[in-house]
Amino acid sequence: MNDMTPVKTSPKDWETDQEVRWCPGCGDYAILKAVQRTMPEIGAMPEKTVFVSGIGCSSRFPYYMETYGFHTIHGRAPAVATGVKLANPELDVWIITGDGDALSIGGNHTMHLLRRNLDCQVLLFNNEIYGLTKGQYSPTSREGTRSPSTPFGSVDHPARPCAFALGAGARFVARAYDVSKQLVDVLKAAHGHRGAAFVEIFQNCIVYNADVFAGFTEKANQDHQLWVEHGKPMLFAGETKGIAMDTKALTLKVVDVVDGNWESAGVIVHDVTNRAVAHMLVEMPFGPFPMALGILYDDPMPTFDEAVIAQNEAAAAGKKPNLQSLISKGQTWVVD
Amino acid sequence: MATAAPLDASSTPHAVETSEAVVVRFAGDSGDGMQLTGGQFTLSSALAGNDFATFPDFPAEIRAPQGTLFGVSAFQINFGATEVDTAGDAPDVLVAMNPAALKTNVGDLKPGGLIIADSGEFSARNLAKAEYDENPLEDGSLGKWQLIAFNISQLTLDAVKPFGLGNKEALRCKNMWTLGLALWMFDRDRQPIIDWLNDKFAKNKTLADANIAALNAGHSYGETAEIGQPGTVAIPQRHVNAAPAEPGLYRTISGADAAAYGLVAGCQLAGVPMFFGGYPITPASSILHALSRLKEYGVTTFQAEDEIAAIASAIGASYAGQLGVTSSSGPGIALKTEAIGLAIMTELPLVIVNSQRGGPSTGLPTKTEQSDLYQAVYGRNGDAPLPVIAARSPSDVFDCAIEAVRLATQFMTPVMLLTDGYIANAAEPWKVPDMSVYKPFPVSFLGEAPEGGFKPYGRDNKLARPWVKPGTPGLLHRIGGIEKQVDTGHINYAPANHQAMTDLRKAKVDGIADHIPDQDVCLGNASGKLAVVGWGSTFGPIHQAVRRARAKGLDVSHIHIRHIWPMPKNLGDLLKSFDRVIVPEMNTGQLKTVLRDQYLVDAKPVNKVSGQPFRIAEIEAAIEGALA
Repeated sequence: MNDMTPVKTSPKDWETDQEVRWCPGCGDYAILKAVQRTMPEIGAMPEKTVFVSGIGCSSRFPYYMETYGFHTIHGRAPAVATGVKLANPELDVWIITGDGDALSIGGNHTMHLLRRNLDCQVLLFNNEIYGLTKGQYSPTSREGTRSPSTPFGSVDHPARPCAFALGAGARFVARAYDVSKQLVDVLKAAHGHRGAAFVEIFQNCIVYNADVFAGFTEKANQDHQLWVEHGKPMLFAGETKGIAMDTKALTLKVVDVVDGNWESAGVIVHDVTNRAVAHMLVEMPFGPFPMALGILYDDPMPTFDEAVIAQNEAAAAGKKPNLQSLISKGQTWVVD
Repeated sequence: MATAAPLDASSTPHAVETSEAVVVRFAGDSGDGMQLTGGQFTLSSALAGNDFATFPDFPAEIRAPQGTLFGVSAFQINFGATEVDTAGDAPDVLVAMNPAALKTNVGDLKPGGLIIADSGEFSARNLAKAEYDENPLEDGSLGKWQLIAFNISQLTLDAVKPFGLGNKEALRCKNMWTLGLALWMFDRDRQPIIDWLNDKFAKNKTLADANIAALNAGHSYGETAEIGQPGTVAIPQRHVNAAPAEPGLYRTISGADAAAYGLVAGCQLAGVPMFFGGYPITPASSILHALSRLKEYGVTTFQAEDEIAAIASAIGASYAGQLGVTSSSGPGIALKTEAIGLAIMTELPLVIVNSQRGGPSTGLPTKTEQSDLYQAVYGRNGDAPLPVIAARSPSDVFDCAIEAVRLATQFMTPVMLLTDGYIANAAEPWKVPDMSVYKPFPVSFLGEAPEGGFKPYGRDNKLARPWVKPGTPGLLHRIGGIEKQVDTGHINYAPANHQAMTDLRKAKVDGIADHIPDQDVCLGNASGKLAVVGWGSTFGPIHQAVRRARAKGLDVSHIHIRHIWPMPKNLGDLLKSFDRVIVPEMNTGQLKTVLRDQYLVDAKPVNKVSGQPFRIAEIEAAIEGALA
């Protein structure tokens, strides 16, 4: 993010005149609305904002944002965004990507962007399927996913985006889902983090992978959501359950909380700077454990763009660029 | 150039013979420091005022096993009192530091040429590694050459003994001993090399002194041998006069440095900062190295995670208002191909430097070839034209890089600049240009909506679209790789629109032909019996071959094409004014195919893909064959 003079905009100001071309009922609509609602709240300036995307359903996103936008090629948005940000660090750069775009064809770039800590926001729309190519299983699809390319079920183990991000060295990792009311707050926090902010957004593909997240997104299943908040105990299911540390096994465990006595139940207080616990939260198997959502990890460190610019300036300091003298150096001689 | 009489070991002592030109090849183990020796001998040639061309030829392995045939590293220099355009066909002198170096190089030596061999390295073990059954220094098998063999290893050890170095370190001074001898042989001043050694080993005076002692010992060996000191072998001495040259400041330049300086110069003339995204690859990495030291010139360098990220980041930087540049060699360019298409589609300026090497696949990483012309001109999905420029020599890369920046920024297009492994690594004298004579071509960013409204894909009279920096109020827009609507740039798949946009992209690049110089004939008449058409680093051998053929009275001209795509407008007519056209190339006939396609001329190929540059004699033979 950047320190920008706040300007007053409304969500409407962030809409383009382009017809939105996602399938009716697609989770992308809700995410688009949430981003358009986030922009006024963070005081963003349209002309200083750049959305960079790769290829896939989610990557059409920039066409619908009244900002600068670059719909690039499959998997390469992080690399293009790196060039944009290094060329002009004043720009507020948002990367829009999907599970195939970011973790399959573009996995390498995602890893290096996070490792370098380029100041930007990465919104990974995870629908666990290749939508735009008509429904093949993706790197985040669960084992056994039947799809046109895996008619007998997929056999490979899925990638876990947040675990990947932490493993790559991300300093901000958050998770939400398309229609969650907390999404705007998560996006605001991502924007407020200086450095690469990685947000996994579970997104329902109504055509090829409908309801794959219903286990925690359905109204009846929301007891399976654990929204973590810095300084607050990790409680869920109407504060009747919590997450505690099994100090012998050094693993997390679910404990019952009776009459609000979470402390006596050993429930952990969320500390967004605790990297070890963040790793454990994103590794919790869903089912026995709830789905951890919210700001899972947030611990800034110096950014790549700052470091590059600082080194450029330091290396250039005190030097007077003179091309004529530069090319006149080396092994020289004069012919009279 | 290299038409000197053979050096004669039995020539009268004290009489320093004068030669027009001499070709010397230093060959040794890859750890013997032959590239360094060659580089310093090049410097001394430059200081002596000779014209010269060099050819470093080294293995892909960094430290190949010692003494092996594949671990041989060689450096050839052709220096003369007249114009030198190539590194020379056949060496007059071969310095062989071990049996493997002798075996892999002696076949190239001119009949009657001189071999200087370090007999100290011709042990049974090294002979076996080089697959010699008998010691060639003793079995008479080198009879058609002059052989001078003596124990350079031992002489070096003796020379550096006072400095107390370990045996291994002491033997490392062998290359300086050899250089000292070469300096004596060609009547050169030692002081610049001594200065260089003092500078190089400023932090280790012992090493500096030991190397200087070795250099001096090699030099005095020549002197003492000359006066018939017992136990020495007389060595012939040659003097090569200074080549006539225009007055001015000269320097040696490699193609990689010329590329870096030319790109910086181009960006200054355009008035934009440069963003260079690169990924290490032989032989292109040296451009990244050179540019990473030039930050005060507004250069940002980014070593990306792969070739694709290197170009993608450069495209991002161009989008954000700097000039994106990327550089690689064939395999890396292949990886960048999809992104090149994106730059074509989004009509952003971009310079892509391809230092070609032998292919396909990993191919010959350290050897030279010109086999990426198809890749440059045609190698993308869709109808995806871009301008292609090819440099002919190390110093020529400077002007070609400026031209690439000009076309990229003036026409809002990616531009491919072709060099090759030979150009990238070789060095030649360069008269330092006066930068004030270069005409600036400042870019203009659109700052506000013009009358009639802002059209991201509106076009100027060159069909270039506006360059808009994100951050500019009022000009918000989206671009991408999907086909876009004429003028607005919105997504549009309509049949007529795709036809129109494809036509526009083609017309824009074709139209560049109106903004480049007409094709000239660089040697000979503008019509006649035979045109020899070349591009890239075959310039040198073609030029010399045509010169020799013309000296024999043959009606032949040399046409060298710099603008490979689009081609100069007059090229077709020019080619048709010759009865015959031959096209020597270090590939299987790529430019030949393009010429045939574009102009329906019966261009005949002359091909070589051995990883080595053409010899002049090979092209001379082709000329004579074509006129027979």
